Amino acid sequence: MCAMPVRKEATLPLARYDKETLKFFYETMVKIRNFELTVEKFFFDGEIPGFVHLYIGEEATATGVMANLRKTDYIQSTHRGHGHTIAKGADLKHMMAELFGKSTGSCKGKGGSMHIADFSVGMLGANGIVGGGFTMATGAALAQKMQKTDGVAVAFFGDGASNRGTFHEAANMAAAWKLPVIFLCENNQWASTTPYRTTTSVDDIADRAQGYGMPGVIVDGNDVFAVYEAAKELIERARRGEGPAILECKTYRIKGHFVGDPEMYRTKEEVQKVLEETDPIPRFEARVLKAKAMTKKELETIRTRVEKELAEALEFARTSPEPEVSALYEGLYV
Amino acid sequence: MKTITFSQATLEAMQEEMARDERVFVMGEDIARQGGIFGQFKGLPAQFGTGRVMDTPISETAIVGACIGAALAGMRPVADMHFADFAGVCFDEIYNQMAKIYYMFGGQKPVSMVLRAPDGLVNQAAAQHSQSLEAFFCHIPGLKVVIPSNPADAKGLLKAAIRDDNPVIYFEHKALFSMKGEVPEEEYVTPIGKAKVVREGKDVTLVSYSMTMNLAVKAADMLEKEGISVELIDLRTISPIDKETILNSVAKTSRLAIAHEAVKQGGVGAEISAIVAEEAIDCLDAPIVRVGAPFTPVPFARPLEQAYRITPDKIAAAVRGMM
Ligand SMILES: Cc1ncc(C[n+]2csc(CCOP(=O)(O)OP(=O)(O)O)c2C)c(N)n1
Repeated sequence: MCAMPVRKEATLPLARYDKETLKFFYETMVKIRNFELTVEKFFFDGEIPGFVHLYIGEEATATGVMANLRKTDYIQSTHRGHGHTIAKGADLKHMMAELFGKSTGSCKGKGGSMHIADFSVGMLGANGIVGGGFTMATGAALAQKMQKTDGVAVAFFGDGASNRGTFHEAANMAAAWKLPVIFLCENNQWASTTPYRTTTSVDDIADRAQGYGMPGVIVDGNDVFAVYEAAKELIERARRGEGPAILECKTYRIKGHFVGDPEMYRTKEEVQKVLEETDPIPRFEARVLKAKAMTKKELETIRTRVEKELAEALEFARTSPEPEVSALYEGLYV
Repeated sequence: MKTITFSQATLEAMQEEMARDERVFVMGEDIARQGGIFGQFKGLPAQFGTGRVMDTPISETAIVGACIGAALAGMRPVADMHFADFAGVCFDEIYNQMAKIYYMFGGQKPVSMVLRAPDGLVNQAAAQHSQSLEAFFCHIPGLKVVIPSNPADAKGLLKAAIRDDNPVIYFEHKALFSMKGEVPEEEYVTPIGKAKVVREGKDVTLVSYSMTMNLAVKAADMLEKEGISVELIDLRTISPIDKETILNSVAKTSRLAIAHEAVKQGGVGAEISAIVAEEAIDCLDAPIVRVGAPFTPVPFARPLEQAYRITPDKIAAAVRGMM
């Protein structure tokens, strides 16, 4: 019922991409995937508490978008925010420590997975409130415009979140004022246990762009090249002062809604099929190897580097101290 | 000193702060072209341009959300709610985002913004345009809530709110906008978090704020003539509350009355009563008395609104009853 529509791969020749970009694509996607697998393991082991929502299967989206952003651009994330945070360049050590609830975490152990944030790289926060980020990203874009930078803001959101009123208020305001904000829909086909088509009035979220007088573009969200190209065009347009856009990336949520979700609402076969046909990481590998744009050895080196970085982050998180109870009252006011 | 209206005083605060700091801007419905429904923004766009004094779509959620985002990106926004009653539309932005971002993200960046919320009973505006909703906001850690009772404080507190790095809710009573009062000529700010002992007295402490403070003054005058000496406290900030000033006064007078326009149930008066009951019950010679509105929506018809409304007589009667 909810299988991902298969879309054509981006067909631009890989020679267009320099080695750095290709490496960024691969390294970021692998980093997110392995980070999430590690988090899943330690959640089940009981070391990571709270609610955890994994991003596995959607790595190409964050990666393709963020490859177009600068550190000074802003993003607003969702409750499924680890991937966005990593792709925006956050330090894995402090991220992991935050998930473990340690004092060395990026939010000093006050946020956890659902409220991860790293302002030092322009990541203005995950959100426990679905649809909380639209208006704030719009404001961050407004600030960029007022400060006369050519910076942009990106609001990540799910297909479910697109039905919140916040989306519509933000889209109208951003379009009316031509703000440099990209509404970045990760349509992973599911909102918790609910298939997207049963609650949403349009086939494609991007169609809603028409109602606000902005471009709406749809791409295969599991093809990092396709996401990169589409995001590039819209982001450059926003930087030129031509206003907001919606980019809908069709993807698929491989894991349950949250870690521990019994997933009674779909079959294992459905998930398996998507994994086999469209998993963004093997797809990337096959494509660059075939085009001889990267070698097996290069891919291997990247994977080893990521493993090492992740092992260090884990060690840091596990050995960091928990916050002192006195921190409870710290940081309410400046 | 000069004599100006409350609305003029808030305008001066905006003008001075916008001139002092170019990061300060204001957005809301009908504020630029119209000058605000209470004239509180008149002339501001001419001075600073519509790039800094912005008419928004009717999108309270987007107004507050955008101000939060702009604050995180280095600006110091002031959001105008038109009527405090409309803050329910964007309550999520207020209590889940604006109030929590600094704490929840481990102190990475405060949300330095002001939310202006014209509140209170005026002109038989009835249930959805006359509410005093301040108690909701006092229940949320992370927000500061200020609520002036006169032009001088209106100016000083608004300036302080704009300069404060924390999110501040600024309640301005609609019936006060036309009130005239003396305001210093020179630059000043009114510190947030400090109540003011408006008048010293020895028999009873009467705590109030906003419009009702002016009624409390009249009540105190009446009581004074009857030989009851009232110590009057204007809270000015209702979150965080200035416990010290209240407790010191109660230690002196041994009696506490609180008066506000908002419904009594769950109101700011309840919080103050509880503070004094917890920390100074031994000082009290009489039960604490609260004067607040009945537990109903604000009614429309004149006699009903009249019955609903707090008056100097009601306050004086309550205080008399505790002597
Ligand atoms: C305002 C709000 N309503 C409901 C929830 C509970 N909830 C958390 S995630 C979720 C589904 C979100 O779906 P979508 O936006 O498509 O994002 P996805 O989980 O697919 O990434 C729901 C209903 C919430 N956190 N906030």
